[in-house]
Amino acid sequence: MYTLPSKLKLFSIILIVLGLAGITYGFLTTPKTIGDVNEILAQQEGHEATSHHNAETSNFVDTMRGDEGYSEAAMEHATDLSAEGQGASSHEEHMLHQFQTRPWSATFVAAFFFMMIALGVLVFYAIQYASQAGWSPVLYRVMEGITAYLLPGSIIVFLIVVFAGTHFFPWQNEELVAGDKILQDKSGYLNFPFFVIRGVIYLLGWNLYRYFSRKNSLDQDNATDFAPYRKNFKASVFFLIFFLITEATMSWDWFMSMTPHWYSTLFPWYIFSSLFVSAITVIALVVIHLRSRGLVEFISDKHLHDLAKYMFAFSIFWCYLWFGQFMLIWYANIPEEVTYFIIRIQEYQVLFFGMLILNFVFPILLLMNSDYKRVPWFVVITGVVVLIGHYIDVYLLVMPSTVGHHYGFGIPEIAAILFFLGLFILVVGNGLAKVSLRPKNDPFIRESENYHF
Amino acid sequence: MAAKKIHAIYTDDDLLMQAVTQTRAANYHISEVFTPFPVHGLDHALGLAPTRLAITSFLYGLVGLAVAMLMMNYMMIDDWPQNIGGKPSFTFYQNMPTFIPIMFELTVFFAGHLMVITFYMRSKLWPFRKAENPDIRTTDAHFLMEVDADNHDIQKLSKFLYDTGASEISLIENDQEH
Repeated sequence: MYTLPSKLKLFSIILIVLGLAGITYGFLTTPKTIGDVNEILAQQEGHEATSHHNAETSNFVDTMRGDEGYSEAAMEHATDLSAEGQGASSHEEHMLHQFQTRPWSATFVAAFFFMMIALGVLVFYAIQYASQAGWSPVLYRVMEGITAYLLPGSIIVFLIVVFAGTHFFPWQNEELVAGDKILQDKSGYLNFPFFVIRGVIYLLGWNLYRYFSRKNSLDQDNATDFAPYRKNFKASVFFLIFFLITEATMSWDWFMSMTPHWYSTLFPWYIFSSLFVSAITVIALVVIHLRSRGLVEFISDKHLHDLAKYMFAFSIFWCYLWFGQFMLIWYANIPEEVTYFIIRIQEYQVLFFGMLILNFVFPILLLMNSDYKRVPWFVVITGVVVLIGHYIDVYLLVMPSTVGHHYGFGIPEIAAILFFLGLFILVVGNGLAKVSLRPKNDPFIRESENYHF
Repeated sequence: MAAKKIHAIYTDDDLLMQAVTQTRAANYHISEVFTPFPVHGLDHALGLAPTRLAITSFLYGLVGLAVAMLMMNYMMIDDWPQNIGGKPSFTFYQNMPTFIPIMFELTVFFAGHLMVITFYMRSKLWPFRKAENPDIRTTDAHFLMEVDADNHDIQKLSKFLYDTGASEISLIENDQEH
């Protein structure tokens, strides 16, 4: 039986309080009027000599072609990057909108990051059941403990996307849609009531599976036959089908529709890979924490080795999808598609390419040796780096699309991370604490406990 | 060399594993074991050193990556930087996304093929090589353990091997052709 250490509990409560204060501060200090924006701009001009206006007109396509102004004509119609794209009538109004969006985006990035960990663990858990894996049943209670965060986490994310309105989703601006043929054509899918209904369906589906699989899994402990296990097997198969569909539509709804003129076919898979690798990393970190407290002797080095292998493999899978998306768009260089990467490369260059080092180069070098996969501190270091990398990944999905080049990493972002980290520790700690960490009567538990390779 | 060996044949891999452990514990030297299929854990029971093939493969992969990068850089950037479909051929890094598929494939190609060739060299496998099969049945259903008998009492060793469960024991003298 696990109890959240009192120091960790206090720590997480402090994080929540600090985070909440920081988030509130972030929302209260956004500029209210165009006058405030001009004041901020005047201060910024004082600090940096270069203005953004030059960067806006010349982009990386031009630099690479060595042909100044080549794609200006093409960019003229790319409303996602220009002031009119967000439905604002002037440059200052557009900036005001972006400044006001920043605390929303900061909160959403952190909220989604921690929710996607819980969701990814749930998917991993369902895969273990559906594939009748022999190595992982010892990890069921750990995984169920982490997915406890799904309910509060997903509700917060849902509330943010519903109330963010035009801060995130330009297609919710009726004026803009009225003058935009593309958005009108998409309004059969991108309209507010349907958007909310879809969100409710995702939440219900994910949380119901989490509730019933947990219940069946605990019932199996006291069962005399394998009926609860069979139920869980079926539930997992159907959940995986449901998840694959809802994950795709979720990515379109919550991320791709932030830039409603842009679309990419493998985008949902890309978000999935990020979600999955972070989730497996967190399972490994929680297992190491529990092992260090001597609570799970039945989870051996070999289980850790397998988790580290998954971290390694899915880091590469993530990079494969990242590159697949980037290279196809870079190669064809079609103006309406390439806008997505132009803003990320011009304004977010260090983060955009630095993320590749954190998420790909680092894990591939650290976890390639099979001996290192069994060394806890190696896995912890790689895990922390991978999690930071995937936070940046989510940051880069949201920020360039919502706040453009008025981004930063300050109080709103840090506070949001602290708040959701605290909440995550608290909820997961309580989720782990309720029952014995050792599953009983699972048909594969004996194989799992004696697992070695 | 006056090699005297004893060939002990087993019909079961569990029995073989047990025999290997017992023989090593009794300080007899096992020179070779022949099995029809990989027996899980046999290398560990025999005390064989772990393979270093994976390390060579990693190094070969780095060679392949270097070859790909040098080749693409020379051909596309240095030697004849043409404008092909507007791709930026000014520096290597600007045009790198187009080179990555080739860099990846050559890394895998070098790592894979050179490792396989290394494996053939180290295990002395090539076409027309004479097969070293002490007993034709070891390719099908029997397991054979070869024990050095030079400095040992043959009777005692035979008795010992019989007790480990060997179904056939034979003394082989000096007819090893390697």
